[in-house]
Amino acid sequence: MGNVWTSFFRPLDYAALKPEILLTIFGLAVLLVDPLLFSDKKDKNWNAVFTLLGLGFAFLQLVLFIGKGFPGGLPYAAFEGRFTLDAFAVFLKLIIVLATMLVVLISGRYLEIEDAHFGEYYALLLFSAVGMMFMVSATDLIVLFLGLELMALCEYVLVGFLRGDRRSNEGAMKFFLLGAFSSGLLLYGMSLLYGISGSTKLSTISVSLTIRPASDPVSWVAMITLLAGLFFKIAAVPFHQWTPDAYEGAPTSITAFISVAPKVASFAILLRLLFTGMGPLHVQWQSLMIGVAIATMTLGNLAAVSSTNIKRFFGYSTIAHVGYLLLGVIAAADGNSTGLTAVVIYLLVYTFMNLGAFAVIILMRRQDLVGDQIDDLAGLMARAPGMAILMLIFLLSLAGIPPTAGFIGKYYIFLSLIQTGHYYLAVLGVAYAVVALYYYFRIVVAMFMQKAPDSVPLATSPGLTVALGVTLGFTLAIGIYPEPFILAAQNAILPFFS
Amino acid sequence: MQFFYENYLSIILFAPLVGMGVLLFIPGENKNAIRWWGNIVLFGDFLLSLPLVFWFSTPDQSGTHEKLFRFVERHDWIPSIGAQYHLGIDGISFLLIMLTTVLGFISVLSSWTAIQDRVKEYYAMFLLLQVGMLGVFMSLDIFLFYVFWEVMLVPMYFIIGVWGGPRKLYAAIKFFLYTLAGSVLMLLGILALYFQYHTDKGVYTFNLIDLTSHASLWPLGLQLWVFAAFAIGFAIKVPMFPFHTWLPDAHVEAPTAGSVILAGVLLKMGTYGFIRFSLPLLPQASSDPRVVKVMVYISIIGIVYGALVSLMQRDMKKLIAYSSVSHLGFCTLGIFALNPHGLEGSVIQQINHGISTGALFLIVGLIYERRHTREIKEFGGLSNVMPIYATLFMIVMLSSVGLPLLNGFIGEFTILQGAFEANWHWAAWAVSGIVLGAAYMLWLYQRTMFGPCDNPKNQVLKDLNLREVMTLVPLIIGAFWIGLYPKPFFDVLQEPVQAIVQSVHPDFYKSQPQPAAAQIAAPSGGNSARAATVPAPKANTDKLAANLSAPWPAPKSLGPHGQQYSGAKH
Repeated sequence: MGNVWTSFFRPLDYAALKPEILLTIFGLAVLLVDPLLFSDKKDKNWNAVFTLLGLGFAFLQLVLFIGKGFPGGLPYAAFEGRFTLDAFAVFLKLIIVLATMLVVLISGRYLEIEDAHFGEYYALLLFSAVGMMFMVSATDLIVLFLGLELMALCEYVLVGFLRGDRRSNEGAMKFFLLGAFSSGLLLYGMSLLYGISGSTKLSTISVSLTIRPASDPVSWVAMITLLAGLFFKIAAVPFHQWTPDAYEGAPTSITAFISVAPKVASFAILLRLLFTGMGPLHVQWQSLMIGVAIATMTLGNLAAVSSTNIKRFFGYSTIAHVGYLLLGVIAAADGNSTGLTAVVIYLLVYTFMNLGAFAVIILMRRQDLVGDQIDDLAGLMARAPGMAILMLIFLLSLAGIPPTAGFIGKYYIFLSLIQTGHYYLAVLGVAYAVVALYYYFRIVVAMFMQKAPDSVPLATSPGLTVALGVTLGFTLAIGIYPEPFILAAQNAILPFFS
Repeated sequence: MQFFYENYLSIILFAPLVGMGVLLFIPGENKNAIRWWGNIVLFGDFLLSLPLVFWFSTPDQSGTHEKLFRFVERHDWIPSIGAQYHLGIDGISFLLIMLTTVLGFISVLSSWTAIQDRVKEYYAMFLLLQVGMLGVFMSLDIFLFYVFWEVMLVPMYFIIGVWGGPRKLYAAIKFFLYTLAGSVLMLLGILALYFQYHTDKGVYTFNLIDLTSHASLWPLGLQLWVFAAFAIGFAIKVPMFPFHTWLPDAHVEAPTAGSVILAGVLLKMGTYGFIRFSLPLLPQASSDPRVVKVMVYISIIGIVYGALVSLMQRDMKKLIAYSSVSHLGFCTLGIFALNPHGLEGSVIQQINHGISTGALFLIVGLIYERRHTREIKEFGGLSNVMPIYATLFMIVMLSSVGLPLLNGFIGEFTILQGAFEANWHWAAWAVSGIVLGAAYMLWLYQRTMFGPCDNPKNQVLKDLNLREVMTLVPLIIGAFWIGLYPKPFFDVLQEPVQAIVQSVHPDFYKSQPQPAAAQIAAPSGGNSARAATVPAPKANTDKLAANLSAPWPAPKSLGPHGQQYSGAKH
C-alpha cells in the first residue's frame, strides 16, 4: 500500500500541474469575490483584471518551465505517465493561456453592451482553459476525456450566455446536443481501445495495436469512432454542422474564443491520439483523413463565399483553416517532422490572426446595433482608419499573403505536402487559398470601398486596444521574422520523435 | 563608400517605405503637402538609383559581387528554412530597376490633379507598390522574391479598386485573383526545386545562384513540371494569351498612374520571371522543343491577336491595353528564341514597352482628365487646339509603332533577328504584328488628332501645362536615347544574357564560327541591328572584355575572347 501512497503524492507531479492549479484557484476565487466585492455593475471589470492576473501567473509559470527548466526535467511523465509535461504541452498551453487572456481583454466592453457582464463568465473561461490544458498534456484516455468534457461543458454554457437571445440559446443547444453525441462516439472508441489493450495509457495502447494485424476490424472501428468524435471537436466535415450556428449565436467574444483555443487543444489530443496512441495505424487513418481534409477545405471555402453574417462567415473560414491543419497532419503521417511543425505553427498563427479579426468585429456591437453582418463593416476606413488597416492586415494574414503570419503558416503546410509528395493536395490547397482571398476581400471591399451606413461610434476600450496591439504584433512579427517561432515550434514537436 | 556598396540596394528599396511611414503623419486635409511629399520621395528614390548607372559602368572594387550580380547583400533571414535576405542586380535587373524608379516618379507626378479624394491613401499605396516592385527585381533569394511579388499585389488592388473607373471592384479582384492563382502555383514549383536541391546537396536553400549552378543536373520530368508551374504564374503576369483577360479590365478601370505602373513595370515582372528564374533554373525544360514550341506559338498568337483586337477598340485605353498584349508577345517570343539576340531584344523591348506604353497611358490620361471620356469617336482634330499634346503624342505613338531612330525599332528588330535565327517562320508571323501595330496606332492618331475639330467640347481644351509636359519628357528622352544610341543598354545586357544562353544551350557559343569576339559583337554579319547601331564593334568588345575581366572572377584562361565566353561557367 505504501507504494500506491508514494506514487500518488509525488510532489513533482503536482509541480507539473502548477499552471492548472493556479487557474482553478483563480476561477474559484472569481466565483467567490464577484458577489462579495464586485456585485455592483460598475465593478465588473475588476473580475477581468483578477482573471488576467491568474492567467498572467499561469503564463509566467509556463515560461519558467522553459526558462529555468522543470525540476524533473522535460519531458516529465506525471501520474505514472498519464499527464505529460513536455515541450509540446508547454508550447500549446502558452498559446491557450495567451488566447484566453486576449479573449478576456476583448470581452469587458462587449458584455457591458450586451448587459451580460457577470463574474461567472470569467470563471467559466478559466475552467475551460484548465480543461484545455489537461487535454494538451493528456497521455491517458481518462485524463484526455475529463479535460475535453471540462472544456466542452464550460463552452456550452458560454455559447448560451446571452440568456435573452434566442440565437444564443439555439446555438448553445445545437452545440451541446452534437457535442454530447460526439463525446459518446469518442468514448465508444476509447472503450474499444481499452478492450484491445487493457490499458488507458496511450503508450500501452500503441504497443498492443502494433501486435494486432493491420486488418483487425476492432482497431478499425475504434479508430473510426475516435476520429469521428475528434472531427466533431475540430469542426471537420462532415461533422461541422454545429459550427455556423454556434458561432452565430454565441456572444462575439465567445465566438472568438471557441474559434481558436479549443481548436488548439483539440488538435493537441488529435496529434497525441493519432501519433502516440494510434501510430501503428497511421496508413489507415491517413487515407481517411485525406478525404476529410479535402471535404473540409472545400465546404469551408465555398460556404464562406456566400455568407453575409460575419460570425457565420468566420465559422466557415475556421472550417477552411481546419482543412489546412489536417493537411499538415496528413503530411506528418508519413513520419514527416515538417508536417507536425506546420500544424503547431499554423495553430499559433491562426490564434493571433483570428483573434485580431474578432477584436475588430466586436467593435461593431455598439449601442443598439447588433453589428454582425459584413455590411456593418462598410466604410470602416473613413470612420476609423486605424481599425480598418488592422483588419486588413488580419484578413491578409488569414488569406495567407506575405509578409504576414498567415503566409508562414500556409507556407509550412505546403512545404510539408511537397516534401512528402502529396502534390495534388498541395495544388488543391493553393487553389483554395485563391478562393479564400476572394471571400476575405469581400470584407475589404466593404471596409475600403463602401459608404458607412451609420455614424454610431465604435465600442472601443483600453483592453481591446491592448488585444489589438498584441495580435497585430504577433501577426506581423511571425510574418516578417518567423525564425524564433519556427525554432520554438520545431522544439515543441520533438517529443513526438523521441 | 564601402558602406554604400554593401547597402545601397536596401537604401533604394526601403526609402519609399520610410517615406510612407512619414506620410502617415501628415494630416489628411493637407492634400498638397501629401502630394509634395509623395513626389519628393519617389523623385528622391529615382535620384538614389542614379548612382547605380555610374557604378555599373565601372568595375566592382568593393568585392560585393557574386557571379554576375553586383551590389550583393546577403544576410540570414530565416535560417531554419534556408531563406536569406539576399539582394543583387545584374544588367537585366539594373535596367528594370531604373525603369521602375523613373516610372514610379512619373506616375505620381501625373496624379497631381487627377486624384482628389483619399489622397493620403493613394500616395501611401504608390510608395508601398514601389517597394514591392523594386524588391522583385532585386531579390536573389526566391523566397524573398515571392514575398515581394505578393506584397505588390495589395497596393495595386487598392489603386484599381478605390480610385478606378465604374467597374473597378470587378477589375481589381480579377487582377488580384488571377495573379495570386499563378503565384501560388509558382510557390509549389519553388518548393519542388528546393527539395530537389536538398536531395542532391543536403542543403536547404532558396539562393538563386546556388540553385542555378546545380540546375542542369535536375531530371527533365521535374523540370517540366516546375516549368509549367512557373510558366502559369509568369504567363498570367505578362500576360500571355490565353491568360490575358484580366489585363484589359484592369487597365481600363485603373486610374492613369495605375495603368502606367501596371503596363510599365508590373507586366515586366512576368517576363523578368521567365528570364531570371525559368530559363536559368530549368534549362533543359526551357530548351525542350515541345516547351519552346508552345511558348513561341502562344507568343505569336498573342502578338497577332492583341494587334487585331486593338484595331477593333473604340476606347483608347482599351486599345493600348490590347496593344500591350501584342508587345509583350514580342518580349516572350524573344525570350524563347533562346539566343542572345532574342533575349537582349526582349529586355530592351521590355524597357521600350515601359517607356512607350507608359507614355501612351499618360497621353490618354491627360485627355481623359480634360474630357472624362476615352471614346475615340468623341475626338478629332485635337492637333488644332492642342499642338504640344499632338506633337508629344506623335513621338510616343511612333516609338510604340517601331519607327527607326526611336526605341521600339531597336527592340522589335533585335527580337525579330533572334527569332529569325531560331526559326524564320516565327519571325515571319511576328512581323505581321508590327504591320498591324502601325495600323492601329496610326489609325488611332489619325482619328483623334487630325481632321476637323468639330466637337465644341474639344474646341475649348487647354494644351498641356509644364507639369504635364514634364511627365512625358523623361520618357521621350529615353525613347530617343534607346533609338539613337542603344549601345550602353546592350552592353549591360551582354554578360547576363550570355550566362543565360550558356545555361540553356551549353554549346551555343562553341558551335558558332570563330573568332567568338567578333561574333558576339556582330553575330550574323551585316544584318545585325547592333552592327548597324554600334559604330565600332571590335573596339567596343575589347573595352567590354577589359571591363569584365577586372570585376568578375577571372575565367580559367584569359586570352582570346572566345575562350573567355565558352569557358565561363556561370
